[in-house]
Amino acid sequence: MAVITYREALKQALAEEIERDENVVILGEEVAQYNGAYKVTEGLWKQYGDDRLIDTPISEAGFIGMGIGAAMLGLRPVMELMFWSFAYVTYDQIVNNAGCIRYMSGGLINLPIVIRGPANAGTNVGATHSHTPENMLANMPGLKVVCPATAYDAKGLMKTAIRDNDPVMVMENTLLYGEKWEVPEEEYLIPLGLADVKREGSDITLIAHGRAVITCLKAADLLQAEHDIRAEVIDLRSIRPLDETTILSSVRKTHRALVVEENKPFCGVGAQIASMIQEQAFDDLDAPIGRISSIDAPAIYSPPVEKKQLPDAPRVIAKVLEIC
Amino acid sequence: MSINIEMPKLSDTMTEGTLLKWRKKVGDSVEVGDVIAEVETDKATMEMEAFDEGVLSEIFVEEGQKVDVGQKLAILTEPGEKKPTKAESKPPAKAKAETPEAEAKKEPAKTAPAEENKPAPKAEEEEKEEQPSSDTSERAKASPLARKIAKELGVDLGNLKGSGPGNRIVRDDVLAAAHGATKAGKAKPEPVTTAKEGAAVPVTAPGAEDKQLPLSGMRKTIAARLLESKTTIPHYYLQAEIDAEPLTRLRKEINAAAESAGRPKVTINDFILKATAVATTRVPLANAAFQGESILQHGRVQLACAVAIEEGLVTPVIRDADKKSLSEISAAIKDLATRARSKKLKPEEYQGGTITVSNLGGYGVEHFFAIINPPQSVIVSVGAIVKKPVVNAAGQIVVGERMMLGLSCDHRVVDGAVGAQFLAELKKLLENPPLMLI
Repeated sequence: MAVITYREALKQALAEEIERDENVVILGEEVAQYNGAYKVTEGLWKQYGDDRLIDTPISEAGFIGMGIGAAMLGLRPVMELMFWSFAYVTYDQIVNNAGCIRYMSGGLINLPIVIRGPANAGTNVGATHSHTPENMLANMPGLKVVCPATAYDAKGLMKTAIRDNDPVMVMENTLLYGEKWEVPEEEYLIPLGLADVKREGSDITLIAHGRAVITCLKAADLLQAEHDIRAEVIDLRSIRPLDETTILSSVRKTHRALVVEENKPFCGVGAQIASMIQEQAFDDLDAPIGRISSIDAPAIYSPPVEKKQLPDAPRVIAKVLEIC
Repeated sequence: MSINIEMPKLSDTMTEGTLLKWRKKVGDSVEVGDVIAEVETDKATMEMEAFDEGVLSEIFVEEGQKVDVGQKLAILTEPGEKKPTKAESKPPAKAKAETPEAEAKKEPAKTAPAEENKPAPKAEEEEKEEQPSSDTSERAKASPLARKIAKELGVDLGNLKGSGPGNRIVRDDVLAAAHGATKAGKAKPEPVTTAKEGAAVPVTAPGAEDKQLPLSGMRKTIAARLLESKTTIPHYYLQAEIDAEPLTRLRKEINAAAESAGRPKVTINDFILKATAVATTRVPLANAAFQGESILQHGRVQLACAVAIEEGLVTPVIRDADKKSLSEISAAIKDLATRARSKKLKPEEYQGGTITVSNLGGYGVEHFFAIINPPQSVIVSVGAIVKKPVVNAAGQIVVGERMMLGLSCDHRVVDGAVGAQFLAELKKLLENPPLMLI
């Protein structure tokens, strides 16, 4: 099996879908001639030309709106946001138009649009470039949100997102772009709303998405080696739709749960999951549900302090030891 | 100002005590240091002294009642001060009445297996009735899963100690209670199926001729400590037969001399204790404790010796036995054993042992292997001296006096070769007893 980067996996997904479906187009700031701000679309413009890759002005509200219009008319646009932090300037387009059009048209209009880009902190690019809006957008009925943690998941989820008939927000991570994983040569798809048990365990369930999954896997290794605690790690992959079944069956096995995310704590994804678990598996819990998230402040600019803001393995381990 | 007198924690392992006797009654004035009451702990009967002076104005606990450590027993007021108001002095509802009816209600699984599914809520209702001021702290702190399983298995959470964070009662505590055992160490959770199997085991209803024996504090401690030992310490066992002839001969000589000099006699057990102390200094790993991240090797030998008493057993400790002579050891164990039998030992006299000797020879037991007394790593089991045919150095069968020594070791600390070395030292000393006297 080939070992490729997360970035390469995303590019393969885009290229394969461009080849497969003539309606697939990629739009965004510098996605074409400059090969993408983070080089996810590298070489695609050269290969597929102006009809399929289109550079846009620096105006998210404008070009996301244009993508929504194109999707309403039958194209399958893949819109790149240089950072998901910039979704806020096009929030009205995403939430009011993309999120509501199917409902408000009585189901007559589908919106097969993908909006993708990095949504992560921890790279010293400042508070306005480090947002993680997966909780905010998953809060909007009508939008789907996925957060791949590995190259394999990034490719499989991206292809499914492009083929989906509803707006799908794909939130990537610049810290993962250069990381490598095994990815099959043959085509595969990962359904939206299907979590992945990345590591089996019996003592506690760690529930995470995006890069927090990698943090949890590191913590689980150390927990087993140093504390004889076997942690199960669930990668949500998709925030909405949410795979409640996998979470609940794991919690019913381990009787303990810790939700880990790089999102902020207040009204975060972890809050939703903790609420869901206590509602549906209260009698299976042997301990309160724990939550770990980014420290509740704007992305900190001072590099030494910034390092402490995101969850790391020691924080996960300390919390697990509190619960177990 | 009134002062609450609470059940003191009189030993490391004490969680509750029985108020045996009030030495002061309501209205008596109390000086600092006065004995107010006698309290039976899990190990001994102890006198409870006053730390403050005043007048004993109210007593909440009757003689014979068992109460938790920290629970209010009585109130001491300054002379001339009024008794506290009724509301302030209301006795805590959780005082455990020792009447059989109350016991039966609290442990319905034992006496009324047909009502297994009812007891937990029933007990809670009773508590609420007793205490209309809804004090939620009285509610047992238990996880939802523990509550569910407790209900299924008919376990009363009020009687459990939680082993989870913040002393929360968790699933394992309920399962352990349902299986009639105290949770030992941090055992890995058993599969849930075990819980169901546990529930399926019918609790035998006592017949007319059966007797239900309540657990004394000592019995509970023995049960918990030895279960912990046998389930968490990897025991292995070594055995050696000792030629006890030189030992019995030397003992006779010493005792004959002692008798004519009017000094106390020594016993075979005194020799074994002395030999154990000496052997321990030569194989120091036998005098160690496993501590998870490291092994603590003790510098001195605190020699514990199992003493059977009416209620169970205690292991009083001969301090610094490595520095004591045979006669000092003999005197020490005689005093400790006498006071153990009358339950007059102080906690510090049975705590802190580093190695233990258990001798069942007096009962005619020829050989056995005792369970290690945690956190120690070695226990010596001593059998009776028996006459039996042995082949001597000349190849003839003659009558020999033999004794079997058993050694139970914690393999985490004492490997087989080290255990064998220790046993060989013991054998050498006991077969050449003058060696232990120099």
